Amino acid sequence: MNKPVPVTDWISDFDHTDPRWTENPYPIWDVLRAASPVVHTDRFLGVYMPTTYEAVKAIAYDTEHFSSRRIIVRNSRPPITQSAPPITSDPPEHKPAKQLLLPPFTPDAMKKLEPRVRAICNELIDQFINEPGVDAAARYTKHIPVRAIAHMLGIPEQDGDLFIKWIHEILELGITDEDTLMRAIQEMSHYFMGHIQARKSKPTDDLISTLMNARGPDGQPLSDMHVLGSLRLLLVAGIDTTWSAIGASLWHLAKTPADRERLIAEPELMPTAIEEFLRAYSPVTMAREVIKETTITGCPIKSENMVLLSFPAANRDPAMFHDADKVLIDRKENRHAAFGLGIHRCVGSNLARMEMTVALEEWLKRIPDFRLDPAGKVTWSEGTVRGPRQLPLLLGAAR
Amino acid sequence: MAGKLKIHVDPDKCQGHSRCKSLAPELFELDEYGNAHEIGDGTVPDGLEDKAWLAKSNCPELAIDITED
Repeated sequence: MNKPVPVTDWISDFDHTDPRWTENPYPIWDVLRAASPVVHTDRFLGVYMPTTYEAVKAIAYDTEHFSSRRIIVRNSRPPITQSAPPITSDPPEHKPAKQLLLPPFTPDAMKKLEPRVRAICNELIDQFINEPGVDAAARYTKHIPVRAIAHMLGIPEQDGDLFIKWIHEILELGITDEDTLMRAIQEMSHYFMGHIQARKSKPTDDLISTLMNARGPDGQPLSDMHVLGSLRLLLVAGIDTTWSAIGASLWHLAKTPADRERLIAEPELMPTAIEEFLRAYSPVTMAREVIKETTITGCPIKSENMVLLSFPAANRDPAMFHDADKVLIDRKENRHAAFGLGIHRCVGSNLARMEMTVALEEWLKRIPDFRLDPAGKVTWSEGTVRGPRQLPLLLGAAR
Repeated sequence: MAGKLKIHVDPDKCQGHSRCKSLAPELFELDEYGNAHEIGDGTVPDGLEDKAWLAKSNCPELAIDITED
């Protein structure tokens, strides 16, 4: 695998996998936004990036010129053999596929899952609360979403490490390494086919069985391939996204004692704080493939390019948010796009919010004092989903 | 004196972010897909006007309309 040429001109040659972007993308996005509402790079076979909220929204709403059949910007564009409806679906297939997934993820459904998530958080905290420090990304934030989704799907929570490995291979290594990507997708498909087969003889009361019992728009049960695709989606989309969101929130609270103390003193601020963490540290950048030439906010868009649909950059647009670069945990008006805009709004947004809320509440209850470990290094994931992958914290009051 | 406020969720615009429901549960309800609808005919009871405006100003899809009788 060739090492990419380092970026010298962000505006015409940006690279979302450059280590500087991974480390701190916000100043880079400011440069891009100041240059144009849409910028282009020849890297990754040609990619546009909308830099303003307005341009991101225009593309998210435009399913005529922008397809979701590819949703990750990679070095190669292999033929599409495996889809993950509804995230990779366009109209008219999108709506029926999405409606199958919506009822299990409503806020009311999440309330039923909440006690289990609270227990998971406390089980994790029990394992390190007596230690002087912890890598919170490796031992806390990483495990909450994976166990929650395993619980919903009805698969063993201890298989979580396997899922995390596949996701790393698909979302990070897979950007440049096609063999690893394909092998990971195959392993994951094989794993889930086993669970689907098992439920054919012995149905269970979980999300996999719910999907297997669902009927498509033609009144027929979903094909195994459709069920498999949706399961793949739930795993890939539901795990390191929320891992990242919880991690970035904890990172912020570790380095911002004033916000931490205020959140403990005024727990009623938790909902606005969560929305603000989602805005300021949005983990997820989606992608689209241009299928028809068009114009976005005055910028010509040509076919055969991908689009890096950066909801995180939209959420830092000062034309949309006052003090866009400040984290204000009591921000009242917050139309952030962390979960996307338009028909592809994240199906798991209510799950993510619940997990973030519970993970921060339980942590702050048991560990009100913590800070970044000056001897450690915080590292961030690369590419589509951004969040801390190492988060070394010192626990307890500073001595 | 100002008249009563009335809210309406445009079902073609709502994508089920459920921000309105969490900010103003007295004014909005969700269907089985998590999409929002105004409760009753959308008339905002006295004292809940601020919540109605707050819900509107947090809807990412600009799906909420407020009119004044």
